Amino acid sequence: MFKTEKKLVGWHIVLALTGLGLGSLFGPLQAWEHAGWNLYPSLQPYIASYYQGLTLHGILNALVFTTFFITGFLSYITATSLDRPLATPKLSWAGFFVMVAGLVLAAVPLLLNLASILYTMYPPMMAPWYFYVGMVLVVVGSWMSGWSIMITFAKWRKDNPGKTAPFQAFAATITMVLWQVCTLGIAAEMLMLVLPWAFSQQLGDGSIGMDVQLARTLFWFTGHPLVYFWLLPAYLSWYGMMPKQADGKLFSDTMARFAFWLFLLLSTPIGFHHQYVDPGVPAGWKYLHAILTYAVFFPSLLTAFNVAASLEIGGRKRGGKGLLGWIKNLPWNDPSYTAQNLAMIIFIFGGAGGVINASYNVNLVIHNTAWVPGHFHLTVGTAATFSFMGIMYWLVPHLTGKAIQRKVALWQAWLWAGGMLIFSRGLHWIGLLGAPRRTMLGVAIENYGTGEWQVASLMTGVGGTILLISGLLFFYVIIHGAFFSKEEVSVEIPVAEPLHDEVVPAWLNNWKPWLIAVFALIIVAYAPMIINLVTDGAAFSPGFDVWG
Amino acid sequence: MSNEKMHIDPYEKKFMIIGIAVLVIFAISITIAGFMLGIQVPSPGQLIDPNTVASEGPYSDPGLKELSPGNYELYIRAEASPWRFYPDEVTVPVGSRVTIHVTSADVQHGFKIQDTNVNFMVLPGQESTLTYTFKEVGEYPYICTEYCGVGHQNMYGVITVE
Repeated sequence: MFKTEKKLVGWHIVLALTGLGLGSLFGPLQAWEHAGWNLYPSLQPYIASYYQGLTLHGILNALVFTTFFITGFLSYITATSLDRPLATPKLSWAGFFVMVAGLVLAAVPLLLNLASILYTMYPPMMAPWYFYVGMVLVVVGSWMSGWSIMITFAKWRKDNPGKTAPFQAFAATITMVLWQVCTLGIAAEMLMLVLPWAFSQQLGDGSIGMDVQLARTLFWFTGHPLVYFWLLPAYLSWYGMMPKQADGKLFSDTMARFAFWLFLLLSTPIGFHHQYVDPGVPAGWKYLHAILTYAVFFPSLLTAFNVAASLEIGGRKRGGKGLLGWIKNLPWNDPSYTAQNLAMIIFIFGGAGGVINASYNVNLVIHNTAWVPGHFHLTVGTAATFSFMGIMYWLVPHLTGKAIQRKVALWQAWLWAGGMLIFSRGLHWIGLLGAPRRTMLGVAIENYGTGEWQVASLMTGVGGTILLISGLLFFYVIIHGAFFSKEEVSVEIPVAEPLHDEVVPAWLNNWKPWLIAVFALIIVAYAPMIINLVTDGAAFSPGFDVWG
Repeated sequence: MSNEKMHIDPYEKKFMIIGIAVLVIFAISITIAGFMLGIQVPSPGQLIDPNTVASEGPYSDPGLKELSPGNYELYIRAEASPWRFYPDEVTVPVGSRVTIHVTSADVQHGFKIQDTNVNFMVLPGQESTLTYTFKEVGEYPYICTEYCGVGHQNMYGVITVE
C-alpha cells in the first residue's frame, strides 16, 4: 500500500535532513561567536564570514528543511488519511524535482559566498540572478506538490458527498492552501521586482532599479504566514496523532477544524507587524495589523486547550489520577511523543514572546534585537523543528521497517529541550539589553556592549553546545535506524479518534465562504497600502554587494 | 439543523472567554499607550533619492542643526562602504528636544538609540523620523540593527548628552 507515496516522502526527508544537517552545523558557530570564541576565521577560505554561515543556517534550516519535510509529510498523510493514493503522483514527483533543481541553483552561490544576504534576501543587497531563480523554483515546486494534495482532497470530496473528511487530510490540505495563498506575496516580489532588477543590473543596461519599501512589504506578506506553514503540520500531529500515541482521543474534532479555518483566514493579513518600524508604512496600517495579529493568537489558545484535554484523556486512561498527576502517566518512554510534548511546552514561552513582538509599540523595545532570534528558536526552531524530529521518530521506522534506538532518541529530546531553553534565554536576555540581531556580537560587545551582555552571550554559547550534541544524536538515531538497524519493527501511523461522535457543522466543511473571506480580508488589509507604495514615486536603488 | 450546532465543552467555553478577554485587554493597552500617551511607531517621512543623497539636500551635510534654544534637528546618513553613520559623534545639552532624521545611501540599515524607544529601520528611498527629548546626562550609543554587510557589527555612533 502507498508504495509511491512512501518513496515520495522518503526522498523529501532525505533532502530535508541534508539541509538540516548542513544548516545546523553553523548554529553552534554563531552561538560560540557570541560567547567570544569565533571559529569562522579557521573555516576560510571555504566559509568566508560569519554572515555567510548565518545565511546558510537560515536558508537551509528555516526554508529548505521545513519546506521539503512539510511537503513530503503532508503528501503522505493526505493519501493515508483519505485511504486512497495521490490522484496525481506525477505532479508530486515533478514538484519534488523542481524543488531539487531550485535548491541546487541556489546552493551554488550560497556556498561560493556570492549570496550572503540572509534568508530575508532584503534588496538592494543583490545576489546573482540564478540564486533568485533557484528560490523561485523551490517555491513553485512546493506549489506543485500542494496542487497534487488539493486535487486528491477534492476528488475524495467528490466521491464522498456530504461526508466530513478525515481530520489529518483536512489539516494537510488547509496548510497547503494557506501556503498557496500566502506565497503570492513573495512570488510577486520575485517575479515583478527582484528578477527584473537582477537581470537588468547584471545582464542588461541597469535601467531597472528596486523599490525597497515595496519589496519588504511583499516579502512580509509571505513572511508571517510562513510561520504558520511551519507550525500547522506540527499542530496536525498534536491534534491528530499525539492523542493516539498517548492512548487518548481528540477532545473536540469540531474545534480543531475551527482553529485550522481561523489560521487560514487570519495568518496572512497581519504582515505589517513585522514592519512596525518601517519608515514607509503609516501607523494606522500597522495598528490594524496589530489588532488582527491578536486575533490569530486566538486559534492557538484553542489549540492549547484542546490538545491538553486530548492528552489528559490519555494520561487518565493510563492510570493517571489527580488534577495534574495524569501528566506523569503520559508515554514519556516514547521519544516521538516526548519530543513533541516538550516542543509543545516550550512553545508556550514562544507564543507568549510572540504576543510581545506583536504588541505594536511594545515592539519598539525588542525590534531587530537578539530577542527576536531568541523567540523564533522557540517557535520554528522548537515547536516546529523539534516536533518534526518527534514525527520522524515514528515515520522513519514506519517507512523502513527498522527500529530506532529509543533510549538515545530520548536523550536527544531532553537535551534539545534543555539546550534550547538555555540558548534562547541568553538571546532573549541580551536582546532586552539592546544587542542587535544578525550581528557578530563578539565584536559588537566591545564596540557598544556592557559586562552583562557577556554573561548573556555565554549562555547562548553553552546552550548552543548542548543543541549541537542533541543534533548529532538526532542524526545518529535516524541514520542508524534507517541503514544499520537489524531490529525489524512494524510501526503504524498514529491516527487519533475523536472523543465524541460529532456531527461537524456544515459551515466547517464548506470551503467557498472561507476562501472568499480569506481574499476579502487580504484585500482590505493590504490592497490600499500596496497600491500606495506602487504609485508613490519612490526612487529606485541599484544592487549592492556588501559581503564579498 | 439542531444537530448542526457546534458542540463546545463548558470548560472550553470558559477558556475561550478568558482568552478573548486577555487579548482585548492587551489591545486596549497598546491603543491607550499609542494614541493617548504618544508612545508611537514611526510613520512615513519624506521620500529621498538614495542615488543623490550624499551630494545634495540636507543629508549631504549631515549633523546637528539648532532650530531654537533646546530644539534641534539631527540628520544622519547611513552608509555601508565603509560601515558608518555620518556623523557618528553628536553632543547635545541635557533637556534637548531632538528630531532625528535618518536615511540610507545604499542598503537597508537599522537605527536604535540604546535605552530609549527610538528604534527604526533605515531604508534607501525613505526617510525615518522620530523626536526624542534627552532628559538625562550620559552617553547614548546609536547602533545599526539590520544586517548591512560584513562590517555591520562596527556600525555605530554616540550621542553625548551633557
